[in-house]
Amino acid sequence: MYRQTEILETIPQVPSTGGDLGEPAGLVINIGPQHPSTHGVLHLVVTLNGETIQKVEPHLGYIHRSIEKMCESLTYRQFIYVTSRMDYLSSHINNLACALCVEKGLQVEIPERAQVIRVLMSELTRIASHLLWWGALAMDVGAITPFFHAFREREVINDIMEETCGARLTMNYMVPGGVMFDLHPNFQKHVHEFIDLFKSKIDEYDELVTNNVIFQSRTKKIGMLSYEDAISYGCTGAVARGSGVSCDIRKLYPYGIYNKLQFTECIEYGCDSFARYMVRMREMRESLSIVEQLIDNIPEGDFQAKTKAVLKLPKGEFYSRVETARGEFGVYIVSEGGMTPYRIKFRSPGFSNLSALDHMARGQKIGDLVAMMGSLDLVIPDIDR
Amino acid sequence: MSSELSFNLQLKIQNPKLTIENMTNEELKSELLLLQPSLGFEEGTEFLTMNIDPEAWPLFAKQLRDKENLFFNYLFCLTCIDWKTHLTMVYHLSSLRYHHNIVIKSKLDRNKPEIETVCRIWKTAEFHEREVYEMFGVNFINHPDLRILILPEGWEGKNPLRKDFEDPVNMIKL
Repeated sequence: MYRQTEILETIPQVPSTGGDLGEPAGLVINIGPQHPSTHGVLHLVVTLNGETIQKVEPHLGYIHRSIEKMCESLTYRQFIYVTSRMDYLSSHINNLACALCVEKGLQVEIPERAQVIRVLMSELTRIASHLLWWGALAMDVGAITPFFHAFREREVINDIMEETCGARLTMNYMVPGGVMFDLHPNFQKHVHEFIDLFKSKIDEYDELVTNNVIFQSRTKKIGMLSYEDAISYGCTGAVARGSGVSCDIRKLYPYGIYNKLQFTECIEYGCDSFARYMVRMREMRESLSIVEQLIDNIPEGDFQAKTKAVLKLPKGEFYSRVETARGEFGVYIVSEGGMTPYRIKFRSPGFSNLSALDHMARGQKIGDLVAMMGSLDLVIPDIDR
Repeated sequence: MSSELSFNLQLKIQNPKLTIENMTNEELKSELLLLQPSLGFEEGTEFLTMNIDPEAWPLFAKQLRDKENLFFNYLFCLTCIDWKTHLTMVYHLSSLRYHHNIVIKSKLDRNKPEIETVCRIWKTAEFHEREVYEMFGVNFINHPDLRILILPEGWEGKNPLRKDFEDPVNMIKL
């Protein structure tokens, strides 16, 4: 049976001026908006009792650009470029979600070659994103070296992206109907080189960080999030899978060619920061195996289906869900039949994951807050939109 | 707590009794009509879509989550649409046990939009409702902490995602 808790009951009242029973008044400190461990402009107002966290209140919007409003005046070809600026670490997958949603409305068949390229790029992006997270998390808990290791390998992926897409971060490579350009002739060779390199490196990461006693004691039993709470807070991605929730969109509602691929959904049952860490480490290996399955089997053919120059979606509502590196990303388009969407909503994974931070942090020590935030893998432009 | 919890969790997830056959949309429809006869279903949509009165929504929402064969425990999207004559709240619900999805819509008066909060049923709604509150000006009754979330202080009263919002300084019209 579903655990029924009332939010108001679980939230202890924080005395602001000292309670009647002589409790100390909560000390309020601000973390951010410019703080190295928040990885962007996130502002947390933390109420403390000594070292113990009583309440964490996120203040958002320092990088809010109202992308949803902007998209209402952009055409279906133009609005995809804006979405690269949301979750800039997995911009390929954001673009893919938008392209899938527009294709759903247009009902176009995507060529086999484009499908394979899309999955290849998505999985390479996932590895690159998890690499950055891995380096940053290790740095948050006090280890500097892993950051340079992670960036060394991430650079290789960025070079592959640059070669084919022409950009290193905001690729804008997925378009309605397929992908924008064909693959670079050196793509396969460079990806093979990367696979060989990364296979040895990922074992090195385990030796360096995963099996490190200090790292384990900084993350184990830190930021506990139960199975029920993870679902109720709408957590997705590694955050939910670290609490035992099976929520991988690639498995539950397969898009593209994911239903033809061999991969396992990584689920851990520890419910703590270390479990979320392990999910992402295993996901990197899974992504690598997907890349390995596909890299020698890229079919010949068109890389883009023929679509009209001006796209018009029929009247109606379209929703597409994809699994980004951070969790479930949803695009909801309401169309009135014109060249631009009437209303567009981006369901970003970071927004929901962040809302669980307060629940996780209560009663824990202030020093562990950074380890919790690191395990959530927040990207602030994705939250603010 | 941790080892015991994770052991129970593994049992719960691997328990074959919980993997019951997915209901079709028609079965879902008849099941939902039993709970709430006044539902108005929409045709030709991707997910099963229905309209409900704002007054009937809080009780219906609780039933959707708690009824064993529905078990909509995951609210994956909550948003609002401005139709110039009225506002429509849109709730996308999913069940992580049965993997079925539905969409609930509720029509609100544009001049005085009010609806009961669902943040005690799905906790994720707390943040999403705060976002809808500032962007559309919808008042969520009994929300524990209904404040501005993303917009800067002093934005109360102006709702940027409404269609008639004008900002001559910062908005560029194409």
